[in-house]
Amino acid sequence: MSDPAGYLKVAPGSQPPLDSPGYGSTHKRHPKQAPIRIAPTLTESLAPRMTERDYPSFADMSVHEGRQAQGERIIVGGRVLDENGKPVPHCMVEIWQACSTGRYHHPLDTHDAPMDPNFKGEGRVFTDADGNYSFVSIKPGAYPWRNHRNAWRPNHIHYSLFGHGFAQRLVTQMYFPGDPLLALDPVFNATPDVAARNRLVAALDMDIGKEEWALGYRFDFVLRGRDATPMENPQ
Amino acid sequence: MSKLVATAAQTIGPYWALIEHPEWADLLRAGGPNAGYDKGERITLTGRVTDGDGATCPDAVVELWQAGPDGEYEAGFHGYGRSRCDADGCFHFTTVKPGAVKGRGNATQAPHVTLSVFARGLMNHVSTRLYFSGEALNETDPVLGQVPEARRGTLIARPAGAGVWQLDIVLQGEGETVFLEV
Ligand SMILES: [Fe+2]
Repeated sequence: MSDPAGYLKVAPGSQPPLDSPGYGSTHKRHPKQAPIRIAPTLTESLAPRMTERDYPSFADMSVHEGRQAQGERIIVGGRVLDENGKPVPHCMVEIWQACSTGRYHHPLDTHDAPMDPNFKGEGRVFTDADGNYSFVSIKPGAYPWRNHRNAWRPNHIHYSLFGHGFAQRLVTQMYFPGDPLLALDPVFNATPDVAARNRLVAALDMDIGKEEWALGYRFDFVLRGRDATPMENPQ
Repeated sequence: MSKLVATAAQTIGPYWALIEHPEWADLLRAGGPNAGYDKGERITLTGRVTDGDGATCPDAVVELWQAGPDGEYEAGFHGYGRSRCDADGCFHFTTVKPGAVKGRGNATQAPHVTLSVFARGLMNHVSTRLYFSGEALNETDPVLGQVPEARRGTLIARPAGAGVWQLDIVLQGEGETVFLEV
């Protein structure tokens, strides 16, 4: 059996640095030493196999125990691909977000905004054989977060994806087009490359939305891809 | 040449608990993917996550990925777990001790599990490995061999009671954990 292929190097500027001074919580939490680069072994090349039997999907976050959540109903859909453009099928996507008023269904969130009892804010879906996913939710509200003077997070949805190799693991956030808070948000702006940053903004898509029912947004995820050229010694 | 660029990571933030399922920290849980699994040695893995001030990180979440006792991944044993850090900043996993895993070339890797830390203030997760002190294979493990000797201890768990192994994770500063990337 041959050795696992390496992963493509991270494109410069395409990822936010762990030391992102505009985001106060990074000050004491970012490692000061550079990580050690290793050649992938089975450990880094394989990934846990999530199945809907063990991790059931729930694709409609807009309804809780039969009751409709408040707010603007949305459908988010798109594809999960790798950097070589290959679809990632049967990929588990975890989703979480605030309700339409900008409040998380969690005791730690003390933001003084009404909590929607019919919006729990958790979703889970799997991509199909072609890497497509979609789910129904409510457009989340902005919320304050004390990072700087009168700091508010732009509307966003959190995602967690498991690829087919542990090195493909991705936790990220999706934003909404035209949000004026994006220009002021240190988390969004931590990614130096403007194009990479803007790829975190979903696109309004009238083909994904449903007439007289929900607005649609398109958002594609790209997970790290394998390098076709032989691995050089990383040392 | 790649066609696309991987999506930028963003912090997991303080409210990831909305997707928390505490039972995932027990890989042998009743009704779970490994229910009834009876091979290997049952162990507990624990450790404290601290920041550059030595303060605990009670909002952090640690993910585990490991092979089964036979050293194979996802072949009869589902090797994924997730544990929140408690009020003392400690994660706790119940699992089985992994076996030695085939390495690159003809190498053999010492038994190890991968731990990834996600938290508010971490723009992307950081990953490391937990090895077991006293394993003869640690001496020849290719990944441990890449880590400067003075810092190797940050990857090696100590026994802390019967079947309990402890490895603290220091995100920053003195005793900073060695993190790995591919
Ligand atoms: Fe958030």
